[in-house]
Amino acid sequence: MTATAERPQATIFKRPSSTEGIWSWLTTVDHKKIGIMYGYAAFFFFLLGGTEALLLRWHLASANSEFLTAGAYNAMFTMHATTMVFLFVMPASAAFMNYLIPLMIGARDVAFPRLNALSWWIFFFGGIFLYSTFIFGTSVAPISPDGIAGNLAAGGGPGSFNWLADSPDGGWFGYQPNAGAFYSPGTAMDFWALGLQIIGLASLISSVNFIVTVLNMRAKGMRLLRMPVFVWMSTVVAFLLLFSIPIIAVALFMVTFDRQFGAVFFSPVGGGDPVLWQHLFWLFGHPEVYILILPAMGIVSEVLPVFSRKPLFGYSAVVFAGAAIAFLGFGVWAHHMFSSGITPVAQAAFGLATMTIAIPTGIKIFNWMGTMWGGRLRFTTPMLFAIGFVAMFTIGGLSGVTHAVVPSDWQQTDTYYIVAHFHYVLFGGSVFGLFAGLYYWFPKLTGKVMDSRLGKWHFWLMFTGFNLTFAPMHWLGLQGMVRRTWKYAPETGLEPWNVAATVGAFIIAFSMLIFMYNWYNSRRRGVDSGLDPWDARTIEWTIPNPTPEYNYARSPAVTSLDHFWHFKYDEDDEGRAVRKEDADEIIAELEQEGLNPIEPIHLPNPSYFPILMAVGLPIVFYGIIYHTTLWGKLLIAIGAVITLSSLIGWAIEPIEEPHAPQDGGEPDPEPEGVDAGV
Amino acid sequence: MRPIWFSYMMPLGMPRILPFLKRFAALSGTALFLTSCSWIGNEDGPLTTFKPAGPNADRIDGLFWLTFWIATVIFFLVMGALVVMLVVFRDKGDKEKKLPKQTHGHAGLEVVWTVIPALILAAIAVPTVTAVFDLTGCEDDSMRVEVTGHQWWFEYHYPDQDIDTANVMVIPVGQEVCAEMTSADVLHNFWVPALHGKRYLVPGQTTELRLEADETGEFWGHCAEFCGLSHSLMRARVQVVTQSEFDAWVSAQQKPTPLPAEGTPEGDGYQVFTNKGCVQCHTVRFDDDSASNVIDAAAFNGPDLTHFASRDVFAGASLPEQGQTYEQALKAWLADPPNIKPGSFMPNLALTSQEIDDLIVWLESNK
Repeated sequence: MTATAERPQATIFKRPSSTEGIWSWLTTVDHKKIGIMYGYAAFFFFLLGGTEALLLRWHLASANSEFLTAGAYNAMFTMHATTMVFLFVMPASAAFMNYLIPLMIGARDVAFPRLNALSWWIFFFGGIFLYSTFIFGTSVAPISPDGIAGNLAAGGGPGSFNWLADSPDGGWFGYQPNAGAFYSPGTAMDFWALGLQIIGLASLISSVNFIVTVLNMRAKGMRLLRMPVFVWMSTVVAFLLLFSIPIIAVALFMVTFDRQFGAVFFSPVGGGDPVLWQHLFWLFGHPEVYILILPAMGIVSEVLPVFSRKPLFGYSAVVFAGAAIAFLGFGVWAHHMFSSGITPVAQAAFGLATMTIAIPTGIKIFNWMGTMWGGRLRFTTPMLFAIGFVAMFTIGGLSGVTHAVVPSDWQQTDTYYIVAHFHYVLFGGSVFGLFAGLYYWFPKLTGKVMDSRLGKWHFWLMFTGFNLTFAPMHWLGLQGMVRRTWKYAPETGLEPWNVAATVGAFIIAFSMLIFMYNWYNSRRRGVDSGLDPWDARTIEWTIPNPTPEYNYARSPAVTSLDHFWHFKYDEDDEGRAVRKEDADEIIAELEQEGLNPIEPIHLPNPSYFPILMAVGLPIVFYGIIYHTTLWGKLLIAIGAVITLSSLIGWAIEPIEEPHAPQDGGEPDPEPEGVDAGV
Repeated sequence: MRPIWFSYMMPLGMPRILPFLKRFAALSGTALFLTSCSWIGNEDGPLTTFKPAGPNADRIDGLFWLTFWIATVIFFLVMGALVVMLVVFRDKGDKEKKLPKQTHGHAGLEVVWTVIPALILAAIAVPTVTAVFDLTGCEDDSMRVEVTGHQWWFEYHYPDQDIDTANVMVIPVGQEVCAEMTSADVLHNFWVPALHGKRYLVPGQTTELRLEADETGEFWGHCAEFCGLSHSLMRARVQVVTQSEFDAWVSAQQKPTPLPAEGTPEGDGYQVFTNKGCVQCHTVRFDDDSASNVIDAAAFNGPDLTHFASRDVFAGASLPEQGQTYEQALKAWLADPPNIKPGSFMPNLALTSQEIDDLIVWLESNK
């Protein structure tokens, strides 16, 4: 007897079956729909984080500025970083992983489709929970442990608070004890700590899902070393998440205990250690950096070969370099703490470890250049962004080496030099890479190609704006502009380059308007892409655009890396690619085949329970923030009941709802032995 | 058949190469202009890391420039190669031309670009590690200054001279000073770029930073770790003076300040000080010891005001601002401290302007 047969088939809970409209999105377990939702949500948060950045830049454009109050300024840089890291780059990468991993390994969905939906909804409600701090959160002036309170000015002005200031203001790094119960009283930092806790849970769940998917659901012949580099990098990221998220989860629980229940893990007043928080935070935080960059590196490794019309140079070196970066990434966290007073032995060791990361990073950059070398480069929009990535990331990598030189870092740390460095790797790197991916895979979503003229305007404006914003920050930092500085004195001479950076930031913002218009317009009126708009190499392009719900009409059998390329091209005696005479017919056949599955395809059924289970979590967490009141206790109970009863509903949910085939005839037969609903 | 991507190509085909080159020239020109501006056109500010004034900062500066020039050479090599590639290997739209060779990699090259960066890094690593050990910790015979970070000002205690002061640290030229640092509340980070790198002030722990200047002058500092609402106003000054000036300063600081007589303008200010609650936080030592107001070092305290007027800056070395006289700044500060320094533990005491004027007269007499 199979496990399937033991599951109850008679239903109290009928599984939803909408394929269109709002319900189909709320109950979907389709990796593509989930990926799209991740993408739009990430972009929405990108706009919020970008708006916060513009407020900061506008403020900093003049010395002794009072455009924002100190409280609002601190809140804006905290929320800008928190948003960009946790609510933009991570979910945007998750969007690509969700949409592409099954397509690239030739699967119909991820290993655990409902779990996938759960992780998306947890992320979504976590983001809303975090941002609800603007409505519910409070920030007040610090109170010293002996009960002496700091003061705010009455009646407006720079020393007062406004609604913007009533959001988390302890920095995205939440250094203790400043972000602890005494020096950041009010609930805003609780929203931050608990919001990140929820969002981390989403990452943890999807990491397990992706690892199992990649290890178990690859198409026939898709050996590990035939997987596209993007899939490889996503897998590496999933392992990074799996090992690093628990660390921050523990640390955030400790902070929550400190803040809510009077624990003193990080409070020196009770014998706690504030530096312990830094170790925990960066032990998560440095792998996090690679969580943010590796997916973009994967995207670039897909885009460069296609538009160079050559295979990726040193495929296995690129893959192993990615894994090496991730591995080393767990051994360098204390380079964020070179000025914290750790021993010289520790400083030297972490400095050397940090330098070694430059080696695999260099390997990647050189192999990308090796890919382009001798190729026939087509400067399409995705290619421009990918080249931009290589160039900007190189600059960020080089400035990174100057931080590994520990004494040099003593001068640079906590200045704008660092801000410049990590924006070169995170914006110049990750964000350029993500845009390369958006332009490249847009046809898979829509069956259209994004307008290239507007795309190029977007690229050149973003590239110029980016460099105008962040290049001067190197100089500002070396001239002593410390980070998180609400005011700087005019005598420091920092103003002119701050003005330049602000102008650059608004150029970036303008380029985003062009992108959004282009996206909107190309979806409606774009040129049809056909099956293979880019003359691509990997198997996700062997199926029609937009991707059919079932992905592959027939499971592919893969015989080589760049499988699709070998459909279309032979090599002559010199090793040069020669397009097969019947390549166009092959493509036309693939399209026909992909659109017309021979037999009915079984897909996992939608489910109500992922969204229900997810919605209970923020309710519990609201309850924790207000746990001293009756309402708080009630909220904890309500949330727990929702989540736990959904869990039970999930467990006893029937695997398959017999549904009528499209012609209205007999229902589909039950699937045999395949537990597709899990 | 023309592949469909052809219509999405960037205008880089043969007939359209000129606009590309123009754009490239314009962009690289802009970039060069910006770079040169930042290196040539800008004066160093008072917080610059480029003007080391002592052996420690000097050593760091040397390391920075070593790394900088190596990085610059690599930058130009990589970017140069990239630009050459983009021009030479661009698709010229020549359909007759054969497609590129499908090379999959080159083991020798992989070794080359693994080993060469490793060697370069090793070359940087050696001076890095030696500098880490050479620049950490203090010599036994160095002069000690205990630095305590407060939200948002630095307190300095000279244990051997028994002096308490704030915001402005005075040290003799050519003498190694060991800053033994801790914090009274949150993390702070003491940074005087001309003298050394940064070091945290951690509550419950002591960290050391050695400072040494080989020229006299006033150097700016700043708290570099985010420490709450007014982090940006937590600044510092280090005055480096000759040994004889230092000795004079020490003996002046060691003397108490005269207790003002009643009925004098200073006496009126002193009355405000005692009646408005200032005495709860601020220590003042008078020549009449029975009048001295001494706050226990372990209790919540504000800066020692005994020699307030000997310091040219106050309020965490953030006042007076540029364009403000000392009196104007003091007036604005006393009228509403939290509006100047948000979150300030010094409250708005609702002083009348007469009271403020009196206080200023008295404070200025505390030389």
